[in-house]
Amino acid sequence: MLTVQFLARYREELGCESEQLAWQNEWHNIDHVRQFLIARGGVWSVLSDPRIMCARNQDVCSLQEPLQAGDELAFFPMVTGG
Amino acid sequence: MSIRVQSAPFDPGAELNAVHAGDLGVGAVVSFVGYVRDINQDASIEQLFLEHYPGVTEKALTKIRAEAMQRWPLIDAHILHRVGPLSLAEPIVFVATSSMHREAAFAACEFIMDYLKTRAPFWKKEQTSSGSHWVEGRDSDQQAAARWNTPEKDTV
Repeated sequence: MLTVQFLARYREELGCESEQLAWQNEWHNIDHVRQFLIARGGVWSVLSDPRIMCARNQDVCSLQEPLQAGDELAFFPMVTGG
Repeated sequence: MSIRVQSAPFDPGAELNAVHAGDLGVGAVVSFVGYVRDINQDASIEQLFLEHYPGVTEKALTKIRAEAMQRWPLIDAHILHRVGPLSLAEPIVFVATSSMHREAAFAACEFIMDYLKTRAPFWKKEQTSSGSHWVEGRDSDQQAAARWNTPEKDTV
């Protein structure tokens, strides 16, 4: 199992705050999960955003971060605080 | 204070005075305050909403502060950021650094703001007379943060 959260503009455009995904052994990093979601088509193309950011287990990280079953992921747009 | 994420308004003057905290070793305090502007992207802003990623935001700010403390000889560094609905002209963010001499405090304050703007999970949504929209991230902010990667800027 993998928990995926979507924040800010992504949450609104996807109409989805979080989702549980059945674990797939071919997922070695966060980008593999992103590609899986984009392949659903339609609104999921929002995750093709070249400025996408992500976090794994509550730490901001890169899309190349390795994964394991049970992880909590989050995808979010480029940050705009300050 | 060190790290604070809050929905309540704050008084930058009071926060700034608290930074010295009667520490006789402090020779310099540098601060930055960011405010809600009245104009952005060709529309009048009525209100700003700041979303964040609870838990992760605090961790990201703690990491940025720790990196600043490691790079420069600081006595302390403080980051305060608002979340939720904000009105025009309200302070959004307060960053202050203290050190024995000004160079470290100046550089570290700028570094913290540059990293906060590109690494801390906050998102601004502007409410205007014609509806609301998410603020787009700016490449210039990314470039500002990237300059701290060059070795000659690592220390003062």
